[in-house]
Amino acid sequence: MEGILLIDFGSTYTKVTAVDIDNESIMGTAKALTTVETDISEGLENALKILQSKTGKVEYNIKLACSSAAGGLRMTASGLVPELTSKAAKMAALSAGAKVIKVYSYELTLEDAEEIYSTKPDLFLLTGGTDGGNKKVLLHNAKVLAGIDLDFPVVMAGNKSVGLEVAGIIFESGKEVTVCSNVMPEFNELNFDPARNAIRNIFLRRIIKAKGLTRIQSLVEGIIMPTPKAVLNAAQYLSAGTKKEKGIGDILIVDVGGATTDVHSLSKGEPSIKGAILKGLREPFAKRTVEGDLGVRYSAPSLVEAVGVETVSEKAKMDTSRLEKYIELIKNPAQLLPDKNQDIKDIDYALACIAVKIAVKRHAGKIESRWTPAGVTFLQTGKDLTTISKIIGTGGPVINSKNAAGVLKEAVFDNGEPMCLKPKEPEFLLDEKYILYAMGLLCEFYPDTAVRIMKKNLKSIV
Amino acid sequence: MNCEVLNVSRKITVVMGVIGADVHAVGNRILQYAFEQEEIKVVNLGVMVTQEEFIKAALETDSDAIIMSSLYGHGEIDCRGLREKCEEAGLENILLYIGGNLVVGKTPFSEIEQKFKKMGFNRVYPPGTPPETGIKDLKKDLGVG
Repeated sequence: MEGILLIDFGSTYTKVTAVDIDNESIMGTAKALTTVETDISEGLENALKILQSKTGKVEYNIKLACSSAAGGLRMTASGLVPELTSKAAKMAALSAGAKVIKVYSYELTLEDAEEIYSTKPDLFLLTGGTDGGNKKVLLHNAKVLAGIDLDFPVVMAGNKSVGLEVAGIIFESGKEVTVCSNVMPEFNELNFDPARNAIRNIFLRRIIKAKGLTRIQSLVEGIIMPTPKAVLNAAQYLSAGTKKEKGIGDILIVDVGGATTDVHSLSKGEPSIKGAILKGLREPFAKRTVEGDLGVRYSAPSLVEAVGVETVSEKAKMDTSRLEKYIELIKNPAQLLPDKNQDIKDIDYALACIAVKIAVKRHAGKIESRWTPAGVTFLQTGKDLTTISKIIGTGGPVINSKNAAGVLKEAVFDNGEPMCLKPKEPEFLLDEKYILYAMGLLCEFYPDTAVRIMKKNLKSIV
Repeated sequence: MNCEVLNVSRKITVVMGVIGADVHAVGNRILQYAFEQEEIKVVNLGVMVTQEEFIKAALETDSDAIIMSSLYGHGEIDCRGLREKCEEAGLENILLYIGGNLVVGKTPFSEIEQKFKKMGFNRVYPPGTPPETGIKDLKKDLGVG
C-alpha cells in the first residue's frame, strides 16, 4: 500500500492527513498544537502519534506540507491607483496565499517607509502602471524601498518599461529583486501567474528558512506552499477537474478561522442580469479574499465591533453582558476552551454565522440600477455569484458547528439585500474531515486522485 | 543604471468612453476602430463612464488624451470640473476632447464650443464629425506625424 502524509503547520494546530493512494481514501486525520516557539517537529510528532493510534503503523512514501505558522507569508504591496493596480496587486498576493499586511497607492511617503520598516514584511510586491503607462510612481517607490534599511525580497510586477531600472535601484540597495510580467499589463487585464510563481519561488527558497522552519525539511519532502494557497489549489482542481476526472463546476468556499475568514469563489462571475454593464476591475476566475477582522477567537472582538453586540447576542440567544464576558475569554488564542460548553457552542455558532454573512457580502459583486434617459440600466461591479450551485464550508468553526448548514445559509442571496450578488440556490457541502488543504497538496502529484477523494468526502448537508 | 536605450518609441495612448448616464455604445466602438487603424493605443472604458474613471485610467496608462463622447444632451453637466480634477490628479498636460450632441436644443455650435473650451477642453466636435478629424487634431496637438 502506498501511503502519503499531508501536513499543515497552522498558526495554532499542526494537522496531519494520511491518504491511501491505492484505495483513494483518507486513512485518518489528527491534530496537535503547533510548537513553533520551541521546535516545530515536536508538534508534528505529537500529531503523528495520534494519527498512528487511528491508522496503525503506516510507511509514508511521500510527505508534503503547507504552512501558515510563524505568521504565514506576510506580504506588503504597492500600486498606483487604489481601484486599479493597487487592487490588482492585492488580489495577486492573496491568490499566492499571502497574508496581506497593507497595500499602498500612489507615491510612498516617508511615513509609509517607516511603517514598512516597522511591520517587517516577508516580501514586497511592487506594481504600478500598465505596460507603457505611468513610470513615475514605480520609479519613486523603488527608490523609497531601496532606502528602507531592512532586508526583504521585492517582486517587481509593474510597468515593464521601467522594469530594469527599478530592478537596478533595488538591487543596489542590497535587496533581492525579481522582475516579472505586470499584474495589469493592459488596462483592466489581469495577469497573476508570473507574480504568483515568483512569490512561490521566494517562499520556498527563502521564507521557510527565515522562519526557522527548515529543521523539519529533513522529516518531510518539503513545505511546498503557504496553507491558503493549498486550499485555493484544491478549489481550482475541484471546480475545473482534470483531463481524466470531471470537476464539479462553479463553487464558493467559506473558510472560517479564529483570526480570519477566507472566501474563495471559482466562477467567471459574468452578469446574470441581461444587459448589465460591467464596471471597475475585472476579477479573476479564482478569487480569494481574506477578512482580517472576522474570526471566532482572536478576531471575535473586532467581529462584534463590526456588527454591534446586540446582533451577536440575538444570534447567540444570550444576554449582552454574559456574551461580552465570553468574548473577553475566547479572544485569547492560548486559552484552551472546554469542547462541551453549550454557551461557547452558541457563541461560536453566532460568530461563525456573522463572519460568513459579512465575508461573503464583501467578496460578492454588487449590482445597482441607474435611471438614464434611455430607461433603467444595471451596473455590476465585481463577480455575479448568483448562479453558483455549491457552497463548501471548511475551517474548525464551521466543521465543528452545532449547525453547519445554518452557518452556510448566511452565504446565500438575501432578498433584503438584492444588490449583493450571492448564490441564489446553492447546495451545501461540508469539508467534514478538513481535507481541502491536504488535497491541494496532493494535487501537485496526484490530481485525478485528489479530485476523486474530494468528491467522495465532501458531505452534502441540509 | 541607465535604461534610456531600452525605451522603445511609445504609441500615442488615449482613454476613450461615453460620459455620464449615457448608454450609446456604437459610435464609441467606431471611434476606437478608427483610432486603432492609425496605430493609436485606445483604452476604451465603454459607456456610462464617470469623470473619476476617466482620470484613474489615464493615470495608470499615462495617456496623452481623454476622448469623450456624449450623445444624450447632458454633456455640459457631466463634464463640469473635469479639467480641475485632472489637475488635482497630476494630469496637468492631458488633452481633453469631446464630441457629440453636447447640449439639448438648438444652440449654435460656436456657442457650445466656447462653453466647453472655457471648461478646459482642447477640442470640441459637433455631431457628424468624421473620426479622421479628431485623429489629425490629436497628432497635431501632440506634435507628431
